[in-house]
Amino acid sequence: MLNKSFYLILIITSIIGISFWIGFNINLLPEEASINAPIYDELFKILFIIGLILFIGMTALVIFSLFKFRKKEGQFGDGIALEGNLSLEIIWTVIPSIIILFVGIYSYNIYERMGGMNELNHHHENLNTNSEKIWAGINKINNKSGFGQTAIEVSAMQFAFLFNYPQGEFISGELHVPVNQEISIKMESKDVIHAFWIPEFRIKQDIIPGQPTILNFTPTKTGKYPIICAELCGPYHGGMRASIIVEEQSDYEKWFKQNNKINL
Amino acid sequence: MTILIDNAPKIKKSLQPKGFLRYFSFSLDHKVIGIQYLICGFLFYLVGGTLASAIRIELISPLSDFLPRDVYNQVLTLHGTIMIFLWIVPVVNGAFGNYLIPFYVGARDMAFPRLNAVAFWLIPPSGLMLIASYFIEGAAQSGWTAYPPLSITTPQSGQIIWILSVLLLGGSSIFGGINFIVTILKLRRPELKLMQLPMYCWAMLGTSILVVLSTPVLAGTLILLSFDIVAHTGFFNPALGGNVVVYQHLFWFYSHPAVYIMVLPAFGLVSEILPIHCRKPLFGYTTMVFSIMGIVVLGLVVWAHHMFTSGTPPWMRLFFTIATAFIAVPTGIKFFNWVATMWGGKISINSAMLFSCGFIINFVFGGITGVALAQVPFDIHVHDTYFVVAHFHYIVYGGSVFVIFSSIYHWYPKVIGKLLNETLGYLHFVLTFIGFNLCFAPQHWLGLNGMPRRVAEYDPQFQFVNQISSLGALLMAISTIPFLINILMSFKKGNVAGNNPWNGLTPEWLTTSPPPVENWEGEAPLVREPYGYGKDYL
Repeated sequence: MLNKSFYLILIITSIIGISFWIGFNINLLPEEASINAPIYDELFKILFIIGLILFIGMTALVIFSLFKFRKKEGQFGDGIALEGNLSLEIIWTVIPSIIILFVGIYSYNIYERMGGMNELNHHHENLNTNSEKIWAGINKINNKSGFGQTAIEVSAMQFAFLFNYPQGEFISGELHVPVNQEISIKMESKDVIHAFWIPEFRIKQDIIPGQPTILNFTPTKTGKYPIICAELCGPYHGGMRASIIVEEQSDYEKWFKQNNKINL
Repeated sequence: MTILIDNAPKIKKSLQPKGFLRYFSFSLDHKVIGIQYLICGFLFYLVGGTLASAIRIELISPLSDFLPRDVYNQVLTLHGTIMIFLWIVPVVNGAFGNYLIPFYVGARDMAFPRLNAVAFWLIPPSGLMLIASYFIEGAAQSGWTAYPPLSITTPQSGQIIWILSVLLLGGSSIFGGINFIVTILKLRRPELKLMQLPMYCWAMLGTSILVVLSTPVLAGTLILLSFDIVAHTGFFNPALGGNVVVYQHLFWFYSHPAVYIMVLPAFGLVSEILPIHCRKPLFGYTTMVFSIMGIVVLGLVVWAHHMFTSGTPPWMRLFFTIATAFIAVPTGIKFFNWVATMWGGKISINSAMLFSCGFIINFVFGGITGVALAQVPFDIHVHDTYFVVAHFHYIVYGGSVFVIFSSIYHWYPKVIGKLLNETLGYLHFVLTFIGFNLCFAPQHWLGLNGMPRRVAEYDPQFQFVNQISSLGALLMAISTIPFLINILMSFKKGNVAGNNPWNGLTPEWLTTSPPPVENWEGEAPLVREPYGYGKDYL
């Protein structure tokens, strides 16, 4: 009996050990390039480990039962007429509930840290949208206005993104932003639903005709990253891509001055 | 109040065609209708599978070079619509429901045989109409979700035919749902208590409640959408003051329960198959019943998790996260109970059992990614990517379709009276299981790393993984060949099965194979313990 429970504990610990090892050593995610990304990856790691433990455990149970309890040659008759076990049923109702509750509270905490729970219906000065209702988005901004230092308007259409810099009154086909600064983008679609997705930033927001949406983020790494449309928008949907170029403040200012139409 | 069953034959047998011809007739026999559903569904599965192959061929290279771009979108729209509305929903509900439910409640047919036949005969014309739309002006190309304004701005004829065909299929589904509810509740033998019914009855009762509550919402939504398209109203057209997010709410109010309409009957079927081949009673019958009903209730209040990146306010995101994640609890109970059913049994390892075990493994995987997707911050990155594609294929293919195959291996001897070839069955299982996992497991990585769904072209860095996925799809396509050979060969040359080849206790095994019209020659057997294995009943 002692022997049996010893093996059981050994197997459970090794499944948990293997899952933790995989969770910490195998990276399935792209580069982290915004404040959101490491927070997201933390959540991913936890979910990945819990998921692995459950999946390896269940798969092992099924395969083990198939081998251990298979009908041997010349064996007849039925198994034991066991119809249920209340304490077991309670265990596998309560434990998953606790895991789900833990995951729920934890992901709420992550979402809060990403700024997802912030109210979005701020009036704001930067974008001339004083009376407009902003519908949705992620809002991670510390200052009171609720909007970042750099505000950009994005308009999406079949099959391109256009980036309007209201402070310089110019439009660009590439999104240039300074590194380590809070960026606000206000997005609107000219035709059908599109979506704005930067995998390296772990953010996505639908761009909806007739309803502006907002997205705030802070890039942390300079470089060029893809902006991908993630909502089926027509025949050229797969080709609807743009780039975001994250630059040092000085480079960004240089680029901004080159394009600025106000001071010319 | 219970309506007593009139056991005397009501249908004039002389008017019903005999032999093979009855499968092409307006037969009122529930078993014939069940087989009609199955074969019709399988033919559409072959069409949907061909379309899937076209998608995987297109994605072998990162450029859009195999199909014209608009045709590619038509292909993915038709693939989704056919697989959901013409294969999985009609087969797990209509085919097995019609065949088995009257046996399980001890009746000689469904409550409304004519409605039953009507429900089936709506399917072939609407399916053919849907496919024919491709040859008119091109099929619908806005995905199976048909989100406006895209569905309003793409070519009209395809979209309208799509709406009409989905409406007809929804109608068929509602007719079937009403019929199942009435049959289970009112045609049940008066001596039989609800808690003595086989689990598949409970699964079908829960599913039919979902069908009857949610399908009309889809119908209403699609009618409004068709007004927007043909009459230029503005329900969902932002240019006319409409709201596109309202469409999404209405659409997912049906289409999330639709997932349970596809998997709950599969859960029921597995609950019938496992106890017989494990020679043990179904573990935890009562909790299984309550978890089905729990899934039905929760399933109706989780729809907005499909819209975390649309215009949804923060409180709504939070509510739907919690509701969605909690579905894992009743679902988990079912899986633990199945494993407990296997534990300590005397398991016959055969094709039906292997497909059921494959289902458990695949579905646990899909369920885990599902709980992850329910978390808003997690979903925001992977929404509308290949991660989601992989997730729902693990649920509907790895789940429901594996169960359909398992059920075919399990009930073929009853329906035809011949045994299937086990070697070909193993080959079918191995090819399907490896092909399926090779096809869909890598897609999780694609989604996490930046490949959106429904695209014909992609970043070249994803080419290798897409090729692996396409290789898996090829194996899945090949796996159909041993299955078809098996079905056709065994029909002619299979070993005679006898009435009860698996020594089952559920009522369908207590009659001849194939069963006669009206199910039993004499008095129907009264089965109070459908899972009484180990109690010397046989």
